[in-house]
Amino acid sequence: MIHLRLERRESTPAWLQIALPILAVLAALILCSFLVSLAGAPVLDAYGELFLSTFQTPYDVQDTLVKASPLLWTGLAVAVAFRAKFWNIGAEGQLMAGAMAAGYIGERTFLPGVTLVPLMIIGAALAGAAWAVIPALLKVKLKVDDVVTTLLFNSIMLYGVMALLEGPWKDPKTGYPNSPVIETAAQFPILAGDTLHLGVPISLVAAIFVWWLMDRTTTGFSIKAVGANPRAAAYAGFSVNRVLVTAALVSGALAGLAGAGEVGGVRYQVTSDLSSGYGYAGIVIATLADLNPLGVIPAALFFAMIMNGADAMSRDTGVPVYLANVIQGVALLTMVAGRLFTIYRLRIIRQVAHG
Amino acid sequence: MQGIAKSFGAVKACHDISLAVGRGDILGLLGENGAGKTTLMNILFGTYAADAGTITIEGRPVEIRNSADALALGIGMVHQHFHLVPKHTVLENLLVGRPGPNGKLSERTVIGKLDELRRDFHLDLDPRALVSSLSIGEQQRVEIAKALIRGARLLVLDEPTATLTPHEAQGLFRALKAMTARGLGVIFISHKLGEVLELTSRVTIMRHGQVVAERVNDGNLGKAELARLMCGRELSPPQKPFLAPGKELLRLDHVATEAGQINLQDVSLTLRAGEIVGIAGVSGNGQRELADLVGGVLSVHAGQLSVNGTPVPAASARIMQSLRIGRVPEDRLAVGMISSLSLADSMALPWIDRAPFSRRGVIDRGAIRRFAESQIKGFDIRTSGPEARTGTLSGGNLQKALLARELAMDPVLLVAAQPTRGIDIGASEFVHQQLLDLRARGGAVLLISEDLEELFALSDRIAVMYGGRVMADLPIAEASVERVGLLMAGIGEDGKATIPPQAAQIGGDA
Repeated sequence: MIHLRLERRESTPAWLQIALPILAVLAALILCSFLVSLAGAPVLDAYGELFLSTFQTPYDVQDTLVKASPLLWTGLAVAVAFRAKFWNIGAEGQLMAGAMAAGYIGERTFLPGVTLVPLMIIGAALAGAAWAVIPALLKVKLKVDDVVTTLLFNSIMLYGVMALLEGPWKDPKTGYPNSPVIETAAQFPILAGDTLHLGVPISLVAAIFVWWLMDRTTTGFSIKAVGANPRAAAYAGFSVNRVLVTAALVSGALAGLAGAGEVGGVRYQVTSDLSSGYGYAGIVIATLADLNPLGVIPAALFFAMIMNGADAMSRDTGVPVYLANVIQGVALLTMVAGRLFTIYRLRIIRQVAHG
Repeated sequence: MQGIAKSFGAVKACHDISLAVGRGDILGLLGENGAGKTTLMNILFGTYAADAGTITIEGRPVEIRNSADALALGIGMVHQHFHLVPKHTVLENLLVGRPGPNGKLSERTVIGKLDELRRDFHLDLDPRALVSSLSIGEQQRVEIAKALIRGARLLVLDEPTATLTPHEAQGLFRALKAMTARGLGVIFISHKLGEVLELTSRVTIMRHGQVVAERVNDGNLGKAELARLMCGRELSPPQKPFLAPGKELLRLDHVATEAGQINLQDVSLTLRAGEIVGIAGVSGNGQRELADLVGGVLSVHAGQLSVNGTPVPAASARIMQSLRIGRVPEDRLAVGMISSLSLADSMALPWIDRAPFSRRGVIDRGAIRRFAESQIKGFDIRTSGPEARTGTLSGGNLQKALLARELAMDPVLLVAAQPTRGIDIGASEFVHQQLLDLRARGGAVLLISEDLEELFALSDRIAVMYGGRVMADLPIAEASVERVGLLMAGIGEDGKATIPPQAAQIGGDA
């Protein structure tokens, strides 16, 4: 008789922490290869397009980086919130809040041109934080479930923005349901090529800053302590509620900055399709990174690759672009399932059959 | 059991263990934490499969693959934590679960059996009572009845007296002796040497997964010998020199609280420099709330709390820390430290806002690591290092780490709740010495414990809590186990029983 038994590990080996997300992604790709062949395409060709097409020209690389930037912001936002066990599913809405603030400030003609970009960044961070702090306060004061509120706040924000864009905020020049285009001085400078804007390096620096915040400051320490064990943190003297609100503010601000990057660096106006699910992808990215801010960087790049690569794959092999979304979802599942092995090890026990 | 061995990975939990229990025997199974007692009993009960060895019941070699097998062979187990449904009656609890060798149980047979148990073993139980309304001792009786009704002929009790009053423990011993007189076998697992000597006929002592000694309890066996066998070295009893109490450090005046599981009512207590004040009581009678109150996590609802003669109207954990009150909570891993953090982070947890651990909100990782390293060395904490995950430390080492953390800030008053519960004798001795050292330095200790031996050995005064009140505050010279035991059961100095309005609630929480 052969038994399989899970035994608790004393510590997680470092190699496993790095290998796990890679293995999880590979497992997701293998599982999804079934769908690829169902679409009638050779699996290797399709996956080749999915990944390699994003490296072929400098233009592709630049596009991937631009795409990775909002994912980096939302991934960081979720990583901070989840550390505190504030289940922020609302990065999508906070991104839109930030985008609205950036779009609004960016078209103020009375402001001096040089102040526009910094003000857009600050405004987007504040707007994102404000939109995230409401569910946090509801959780802290009234014990309202944060998963539900942050999720529903996304719909409130999205349909709110759509109503504005269809009505008072509609671009008078074109008549399309988009906000007016921001001032030229408000557009983020292009640093390289023709799309790599200022927001991209800022988001990379932000990842390092968030790592420092979480690892080297008392704020980050308190967030980790409260998330890991609120009772022990309270006993040690931390105000659990204050820490939760702080985490929500930081998380919302980071998600809001994604909106600033999209409005200031990519679209130059607010549109209702501004975020193609960046907020939700942030959850998967943060989970793949095991909530480590530095791990968010490769995870966001990987996601940007498959999001951009999906177009090329679809063009050349006929596999629907939605495969990218499926891979995202499956990778979340394989990662969460795989994390079991950081805590437990599987042991195979052979027993002599009992007579 | 013959030649039992079991390994977990590279760790040999049990190595070539043999033990035997005869009809009418009470075997005491002694050993420090991690000695392999629980693993061995789990093998006997079918929870784990042994790697090697045989189990023989009544002359027949048997294979025990799960708890149903164990029950069918007449092995009953009473765990430290009861497996009862609080909202159901005693009868309903006795009816649920697997039937024993006697087949399915009917209400009538169970009630008949309960009568037998009452007659034969003094196990008095009201079948219609809700389990939630029962005391811990009565709930334990339900567990024992459950095993016996299912036909157990060998009863295993894991630390059965840990949560009983002395009086309840005596009742349990009487019942166990009556059972063995009728040919049942009992395995009695305990830390408490006095009980083992009083109750058992033979003692098996385990250390590091091996049986190191077997002794017949013929009246010549002494505590000192058992203690030496358990930890493999001589232990010196704690020395408590006389000290004149100094100035008042903590004063509670008619304090009442409202949050918490039970309300404190009219609690008055004073701690002076150079004093250890012991708090006795059955678990759930307000000791935890008292610790939380002095620790600053439970607020005063009425009355006054003063530290160093100054009233502290709105205490908080931070305020109490700044008043140099050290706090060792009862629940080391759920409240004291954070199991998923590194040991170094857990040890810096309450002090992270202070220099040298952080300056202006920026943490100095080196300072945290150096602090942990020096305390690990100073307190002989066995761990792979400061980066070890806190949850991987054993209970004794966790307790040392917690003490090391609190004593590092040079407290004037230490609240120590159950400081040696579940930790081995060697570590207990160390903890006791630390408490006495603090007392000798002119500090004070509020020692909350359910271990009367510990309280009597260390305390200058013993206060007994029952139903959220302090029943009495006795100088150690006037306290006796009998007197404290009665007070713990709520029977006051006038001989009258106090029935607190929250009595039902206490049972429900347990």
